Amino acid sequence: MMANKLPKVPVVIVGMGWVGGIIAAELTKAGINVVGLERGKSRSTQDYYHVHDELRYASRYELMQDLSKETVTFRNTEKMRALPMRSYGSFLMGDGLGGAGVHWNGQYYRFLPYDFEIYTKTVERYGKNKIPKDMTIRDWGITYDELEPYFVKYEQMSGISGPPELPDHVGHMSKPFATPPMKTTPAMKLFTDAATKLGYHPYIIPSANLSQDYANPDGIERAACQYCGFCERFGCEYGSKADPVVTVLPVAQKSGKFELRTHSNVTEILHDGKKATGVKYVNTLTGQESVQPADVVVLAGYVFTNVRLLLLSKLGKPYDPKTEEGSVGRNYAYQVNGASTSVYYEDREFNLAMGAGALGSSLDDFNGDNFDHSDLKFIHGANIRFTQTGLRPIQYQPASADTPRWGQAFKQETIHNANRILGVSGQGASMPYRYHYLDLDPEYRDSLGLPLIRLTFDFLEQDRELVKFIAQRTKEIAEGMGAAKTTMNDTIKQYNIVPYQSTHNTGGTIMGDDPDTTVVNNYLQMWDAENVFICGASNFPHNGGYNPTATVGALAYRTAEGIEKYIGKGGSLV
Amino acid sequence: MTKQQSRQPKDESRRRFLKYSGAAIGGAVVGGVIGGLVGRNLNKAGKNEAAPPESTESPAVQRDQDYNQALMFFSQEQFQTAEAAAERIYPQDNNGPGAKALGVAFFIDHQMAGAYGFNAREYMSPPFYKAEASQGYQLTFKRRELLALGLDALNEYSQQKHAKKFPKLTPEEQDAVLTAFEKDEVDLKDVPASAFFAMFRNLAIEGVYADPLYGGNRNMGGWRMRNYPGNQMSYTNEIEKEEFIKMEPLSLHDHLQMG
Repeated sequence: MMANKLPKVPVVIVGMGWVGGIIAAELTKAGINVVGLERGKSRSTQDYYHVHDELRYASRYELMQDLSKETVTFRNTEKMRALPMRSYGSFLMGDGLGGAGVHWNGQYYRFLPYDFEIYTKTVERYGKNKIPKDMTIRDWGITYDELEPYFVKYEQMSGISGPPELPDHVGHMSKPFATPPMKTTPAMKLFTDAATKLGYHPYIIPSANLSQDYANPDGIERAACQYCGFCERFGCEYGSKADPVVTVLPVAQKSGKFELRTHSNVTEILHDGKKATGVKYVNTLTGQESVQPADVVVLAGYVFTNVRLLLLSKLGKPYDPKTEEGSVGRNYAYQVNGASTSVYYEDREFNLAMGAGALGSSLDDFNGDNFDHSDLKFIHGANIRFTQTGLRPIQYQPASADTPRWGQAFKQETIHNANRILGVSGQGASMPYRYHYLDLDPEYRDSLGLPLIRLTFDFLEQDRELVKFIAQRTKEIAEGMGAAKTTMNDTIKQYNIVPYQSTHNTGGTIMGDDPDTTVVNNYLQMWDAENVFICGASNFPHNGGYNPTATVGALAYRTAEGIEKYIGKGGSLV
Repeated sequence: MTKQQSRQPKDESRRRFLKYSGAAIGGAVVGGVIGGLVGRNLNKAGKNEAAPPESTESPAVQRDQDYNQALMFFSQEQFQTAEAAAERIYPQDNNGPGAKALGVAFFIDHQMAGAYGFNAREYMSPPFYKAEASQGYQLTFKRRELLALGLDALNEYSQQKHAKKFPKLTPEEQDAVLTAFEKDEVDLKDVPASAFFAMFRNLAIEGVYADPLYGGNRNMGGWRMRNYPGNQMSYTNEIEKEEFIKMEPLSLHDHLQMG
């Protein structure tokens, strides 16, 4: 079939999740015509009237990418043969309008000032020797203060609900959160009281599940969260959880300057070696190929999509871990979970089926460089939290490690424990390493015959030490929560792609100030092709001890500003 | 502990809720719940009565026939084997019904007949290599193939060991057979016993706790044992409460009838 060549447009965006949606809204508001390409289907809140279905959405991954068409391959080290992730496990790639921005929990944390200058600040305080061999941390090429106004934009757009003040050891906010914090449950209070008694600084988790009705600066009105307990892996039938479909995409659509094309799977960025000329995409229903010429190409896919499209299109220089040259695929990082303490109550039950994706309390006393690492064998840390996201009975089988996994004892214990266990856990930062990266798999291909992305990653000593230390802190807090007993997990083993851990994959198109080792500058403009902008968690040179969406959202607003500037004057923006 | 009636579709809080979100959402941009809840004219009569009593009888003798309880995939022998094995995974006890009374074997049968049984949304393209444990499932079997093979193998192994098929064994013998599969202690050609067992065990748990629309969790009996309220629309008024609140659960079937 001949590719259908379309008339040129000013901007084409690949992927209609948070990044694509924000950029589409901002550019169309500025009068710029935008085409948005989304490989999945369209969505609205009406699709979620029957969303309270754990089997369909949580266990069968209704909202996720169809792995029969495309997956990733994985190995722990270069010595192994990478094999395809045949079914879902460790992380969940979103699909369809709104992308992973639909199935998230809504936990909202600005990364710490330390994160953006991690190399400089680590060396300043501890010296160069603190950084282990092959750990490739680097400054981001942008500071917290520079990014601060863009965080504000995201918060006002999505109506983030949070406390009036945050502790001093997180980044300063020039404007308070858009709405008051979420409600406080009895279990949250137990966590907060125990942490406060230890001298820590807990606060209610900033939330994209609205604490009250909210009208944003674009005139979008949304209703308050109902605490129904179906956020992560689900779409919100109320539109209370901020997602691109109920916030930014309607603004773009109302402008009259936005054309959304669903079922449009981009397979290549077309370029002449210096600049992009457009993109090629295939209609996933009809198989029709189209070429969409554009002045500006924006990559706004998930981490794996952004990296894979650059590699498939031979745009930018692929990273080579042997020589440490090149940039595309570098600094893949993840999230270091595993430090946790379970808090068992005998004489008390909690309403744990009730909740919201971003309902909970957390503290940063052991996050970033908020504590002295001089005598510790790791850098960075974790946000320590108690969350009440709504427990569901298929996926939550609370039995202690020494209980059989089936039979009467298993039944008895899981029923008894169903509403009697609270969890205190750390969400640990993940540092990049020379041998953790993304490239194209030499063997496995997608349904179109194109190579899959290959992921090489493992947990290392840094991660094990971090988990061990953070676990002790979770235990200290847990022991102050008045429970019958606590059990701690303080070990993390080889990275295993089977159990779900976190959909916080980062890196591969990292930002920075060095054109040789980073992919984009601090406007998320590609060093090797000035009319290509790439935005997402793929820009993170490492992953912080937080959920990534706040920082992704801020970077998306920064990108939109960069594209506007570029359309005005051209050339490199830095 | 307080006992609270769950909100039924027509009561005051439901109306308040709809009115409230209708006002808030405004309709222009987001849509919201209003449209979707407008009456589907199903049989509303008797809907607000108390939940049906738990039954431990065979579903076949109940007066209200459930025509959904029939086989889409299993042979009758596979079904009986699955029913017996699921009952050992999740047995009836003084907490309440076990897998058999909850219809779990029907759930598994129906799952195998559809997309999940065919691994339709999973990457099943060759080549297949032996994997490290960290790389996950890399067998060529689709779920329905592995499940049918495993159930037949349960009978074959039971026959070898006890000269009876699996459903005819005592519960203790059945547990020993299942444990042998779980620990890969059986030597049956081409049967990845522990992979079969792990899959079967997960399917049985899903059948206990998935919404009853899928054929298991009969009359929401699985949910009731755990005091899981199922598909409620809102906990805004309860989320801050100190005491544990027991509710009569609601299913997606109930949801379809909210008008």
